[in-house]
Amino acid sequence: MKIKVVGILLALIPLSINCSLAQVKKAQHRPVSGTSVLRGKIVYTSVCLPCHMADGGGVQNLNPPLVKTSYVLGDKTTLIKIVLNGFNEDVEINGNTYSNAMTPHDDLKDQQIADVLTYVRSSFGNKASAVKATEVAKVRATNKKA
Amino acid sequence: MKRKTTIAFCLSVIVAVGLQSFKIEKKGTIKHKGDLVNAGLTLPDNFSANIIADNLGSARHLVVTPQGDIYVHLDRPKDGKGIVVLHDNGDKAAIKTSFGAFGGTGIRIKNGYLYASSDRDVYRFKLNSNNEVIDPEHPEKVVGNLVTKRGHRPKAIALDDNGNLYVNIGAYSNICSEFDPEKKGCPILDSAGGIWRFKTDKLNQKQSDGVRFATGLRNVVGLDWNQEDNQLFVMQHGRDALHDLFPKYYTVQQSALLPAECMYALKEGDNAGWPYLYYDDVKHKKMMGPEYGGDGEKEADAKYIDPVAAYPGHLAPDGLLFYTGNQFPEKYKNGAFIAFHGSWNRAPEPQAGYFVVFQPFKNGKPDGKWEVFADGFAGTPEQAAAGRAEHRPCGLAQGADGSLYVSDDSKGTIYKITYKK
Repeated sequence: MKIKVVGILLALIPLSINCSLAQVKKAQHRPVSGTSVLRGKIVYTSVCLPCHMADGGGVQNLNPPLVKTSYVLGDKTTLIKIVLNGFNEDVEINGNTYSNAMTPHDDLKDQQIADVLTYVRSSFGNKASAVKATEVAKVRATNKKA
Repeated sequence: MKRKTTIAFCLSVIVAVGLQSFKIEKKGTIKHKGDLVNAGLTLPDNFSANIIADNLGSARHLVVTPQGDIYVHLDRPKDGKGIVVLHDNGDKAAIKTSFGAFGGTGIRIKNGYLYASSDRDVYRFKLNSNNEVIDPEHPEKVVGNLVTKRGHRPKAIALDDNGNLYVNIGAYSNICSEFDPEKKGCPILDSAGGIWRFKTDKLNQKQSDGVRFATGLRNVVGLDWNQEDNQLFVMQHGRDALHDLFPKYYTVQQSALLPAECMYALKEGDNAGWPYLYYDDVKHKKMMGPEYGGDGEKEADAKYIDPVAAYPGHLAPDGLLFYTGNQFPEKYKNGAFIAFHGSWNRAPEPQAGYFVVFQPFKNGKPDGKWEVFADGFAGTPEQAAAGRAEHRPCGLAQGADGSLYVSDDSKGTIYKITYKK
């Protein structure tokens, strides 16, 4: 009897190991560079965190969350422009309005913006592709002309 | 060997089962929060708290009638109604009705009228002899079209005994930088960043019909008329981002604690000095703002009024109530309760607030150190530190029997705090 229970438990172990291995493998295959995420986290902590908070959840009525919103997961050009130009409109997300103004962060380098957006798009439950410095440079070039 | 393994597995099973039951227990306590001692709040001896209503929505300010009805103003209307009416049956309150097509913060009762504000207008509803609204569909507009732009929109209100209505018109800016790039003087103070005074019995007033009663106040949500010295007291929300904007003058830690949230006693014509100064409650001094030549050490021009009391930075005082009841012990009489909504601008330092403070008063002025009166609204200390509070105190009201009511605009919970020797 006891042996049977032990046997079942033993049989469960490889299963659970398989599960966690699968997760690790999946994570490794995602098209997001780990070093870019790490660098992005540093930028996030000093520039974005005071308003959007450590968990990306934002602040009630004031600063919008960065968790699974169309702004974060959607069009990269729009997102890059928000960082470059700041944001001066009310944002409505899930029925809540956020009204604090965001200052422009065009003083950040292309690589820093790419890193921080890559970090945001792959953190807080977000799963979206990386942003490259060349993409930021492209948006910045047309942004200046406009 | 086999035996050892078996024992080890049995132990792990026991541990797992134990963990599981702990989990269930933990869930259970959260589920039945109303059954917790004092609704999960910590209070001074002989005080107790009850949750009398829950899930009302974004419950901002509230007022209680002598008949035990509670009018709660929601920031965002629920099912199209911005004011919920409860009746307090002692341990629980039942929803009587709801009305008012506008959300907002301010709500007061005076001389047979219920006054309530949206972020743009102030309305009044006539009450019957039981303090019930006679015609909920047709309020009268007392003041219309107040300045409401991005940020600091709520129009908190207070009433004096001479037919005057005081309305906060918050500055639509943190520190006016975007409107005053050359530092010639903040131009938005002509129509915001202060308290305006109107008549309670004159309808359809415009902002220009009112008097700018006091200026240089960034944003006020908690305000109350002090009957003892016949004066308006307000709680200012201090500026944000000293370190983010001036890292050479302020460390992250200083920026988390500064500037103080201030209590002002106002007279007509007073200027509290925003955006030119802030108050440092460690130095006990008005400091010149870094946007206007300050460096963290230079003091501000003495012409601006001093606060009468100061509290740690960013705690967000959203409710102020002078306690005139007889239920609580003598020391509370004519003192001030302050509901602190809790901070967000302390990151990456831990967030704080989410409590109700008591400020002792003597002869109409703060007397002695403030103390935390009711704490624990946030839930665990970790929830408070992360700024992810479960409940956030906002409004305060006093019942006819001297009970204290606290609203929470996060979950829409109404707490009733009572005292028994």
